[in-house]
Amino acid sequence: MTVLSPLIMIALIAVVAYLTQLNNNKKRSISVLDQTGLLEEVFQNTDNTTYNYLTNSSLEEAKVLVKAQEDYGLLYIPKQVDSTSASKGIIFYSEESPSLTVMSSLERSLEKKMTDLELESNGVDLDMINSSRISIDIAQETFSGETTSKIDNVLKLAFGGMAGYLLFMFIIIYGNMIMRSVIEEKTSRIIEVIISSVKPIQLMMGKIIGTSLAGITQFIIWIILGGVLMTVVSAIFGISIIDMHTPQQEIMQQAVQSPEFESKLKLGFMAFQNLPIANLIVAFMFFFVGGYLLYSSLYAAIGAAVDNETDTQQFMMPILMPLILAVYVGVFTVIEDPHGTVSTVFSFIPFTSPVVMLMRIPFGVPIWQQLLSLALLIGTFVFTVWFAAKIYRVGILMYGKKPSYKELYKWLKY
Amino acid sequence: MDNLLVAEAVSKKFGDFKALNDVSIAVPKGSIFGLLGPNGAGKTTLIRIINQITMPDTGRVMLDGKALHQEHIKDIGYLPEERGLYKSMKVGEQALYLAQLKGMSKAEAKQRLKYWFDKLEIGDWWNKKIQELSKGQAQKIQFVVTVLHRPKLLIFDEPFSGFDPINANLIKDEILQLRDEGATVIFSTHRMESVEELCDHIALINKSNKILDGKLTDIQRQYKTNTFEVGLQTADVDGVTRAIRDRFEVLPATFKNLNDDLKLNVKLNGGATSNDLLTFLTSKAEVHHFVEVIPSASDIFIETVKNN
Repeated sequence: MTVLSPLIMIALIAVVAYLTQLNNNKKRSISVLDQTGLLEEVFQNTDNTTYNYLTNSSLEEAKVLVKAQEDYGLLYIPKQVDSTSASKGIIFYSEESPSLTVMSSLERSLEKKMTDLELESNGVDLDMINSSRISIDIAQETFSGETTSKIDNVLKLAFGGMAGYLLFMFIIIYGNMIMRSVIEEKTSRIIEVIISSVKPIQLMMGKIIGTSLAGITQFIIWIILGGVLMTVVSAIFGISIIDMHTPQQEIMQQAVQSPEFESKLKLGFMAFQNLPIANLIVAFMFFFVGGYLLYSSLYAAIGAAVDNETDTQQFMMPILMPLILAVYVGVFTVIEDPHGTVSTVFSFIPFTSPVVMLMRIPFGVPIWQQLLSLALLIGTFVFTVWFAAKIYRVGILMYGKKPSYKELYKWLKY
Repeated sequence: MDNLLVAEAVSKKFGDFKALNDVSIAVPKGSIFGLLGPNGAGKTTLIRIINQITMPDTGRVMLDGKALHQEHIKDIGYLPEERGLYKSMKVGEQALYLAQLKGMSKAEAKQRLKYWFDKLEIGDWWNKKIQELSKGQAQKIQFVVTVLHRPKLLIFDEPFSGFDPINANLIKDEILQLRDEGATVIFSTHRMESVEELCDHIALINKSNKILDGKLTDIQRQYKTNTFEVGLQTADVDGVTRAIRDRFEVLPATFKNLNDDLKLNVKLNGGATSNDLLTFLTSKAEVHHFVEVIPSASDIFIETVKNN
């Protein structure tokens, strides 16, 4: 599965990409019956859509004609009595209901042209409007003189969010794996054979460390294999996933061509340089390891306390709640104000701090806060490992009924 | 005689439940020591304490004269009652892994495994997964893994469960051979006939307390009732029976044999010896069968537990 998963993922992406392209490549022609005579150059032919203007025919004739030609549809623009009724009476006839993108593109083109016509007819000089359009871009600078930009914040959020989310996913996936492997050792009854050779805490820690190393290896294999396959697939099928024709991409392309983009790119690069990269990397390692160990030891304890996976639900909730809370707090409050009370407090509470702190760090968190939070995390982690080891030591040899919280408390004293 | 393992006044509580109360045992070197007791008596707790899986609340356990220590793990081979193997792991790989956990080198483990697999004729299972084997086959692997590192002390908890009679015999012979090669064996079971066959010493634990221990033959002597099985051939069955009843206490016969006219269990009371009985019997009829009734481990077990 380790090797197969990325293969399947890539195959899926390739299929989706291919299908999307196939869908977009469908050539369609749209007939336009324009009785106003004013909209001749409104619709420009594109790669996939051709427009043909019908002249001198009535609506009924046009409908018959378009249907016979098997065109995609007929756009009917009736003669306007006055400009206020301009938006009314325009109808698109087609065999089946037209696609949303086609309709919105038609609407956009018509709107722009008709607005312009309306403005002109009211005696407004269009050139003047265009030339007096002003675009504002407020430059940002810190008091110490560093130039920042909005891209800064976006980038910081992206980095922090990615780090926090990665940790969240890692805990859930590999925590579960640890739990299942503990349950497996219990149900296959090998556990007593093993712990007559190693101490339960050695077994538990070995399992946690081993599983996380396996997880990291798996991640790396996925990334490398995924990268290689992606290149190979794009080369073979000639599908460049990057230039897939989607409306967003067209907008992107326009943005790239605009002269503003270059300066934005520069700003973005500067923003990247402004990130506390070294701090981010070091903090990521510490908080990632701390948070992972904290939660995975609890997962191991749950695995030891129950006999089968269906019994785990009751104990999973208290673990998942703070984790999910951390992600929500991280996403909602850190965007709002990375140094606000809520996000600061949550970046100190050990069960949420790894995720929330990782999200905050790109915005610059004083070192003392990071160290304090880390110290709290390590303290709690030592405690949970001790706690989990107690539960684990007793739980792995207990079979039969599902223990209650009260019984778990008793186990601590065995 | 030297004792390999000595447990002194071991007590263990789980919450309010007292699993072991002041239990002491001494396992002589080179013996097979039967650890007996009803379900839930505390046998497994004691065995787990010896394996350092659980720590005793009070008391101490000495192995070879030294208090139990992490290093002793490789001196003990333990076959738990609740046993199993990783189901989707290959037999060979798994055996090597478990042997290495006991401190063997990979090369040494491989060589020893080959010896045992050949001996038990299971060499072709090396690349099979445990889940492809039957329960009895998996038990064989488990046995090999337990004894592989040549431990001084072997602990078997219900070793014969899951084996058919042929394989149970095979394993029994292996256990005896290991004992002859110098290993000491602690043997916990409910199957009393195997206790009689194997054990030199026993200890009986009931309701967390040790209620009996010692050499099996000594205990049997202590529990014997001076009863003899008697098989006679005579024409006058009623007359002879009456004559014996007049002098001795007669119990219903429990043994079987083929061609005796009269079968009795005779209990000697008040200083009468077996010779007295035999002389009396030969004067009355022809004696074909004359055996002292030795109390079985099962009888001793049931009687002591009941009286306790």
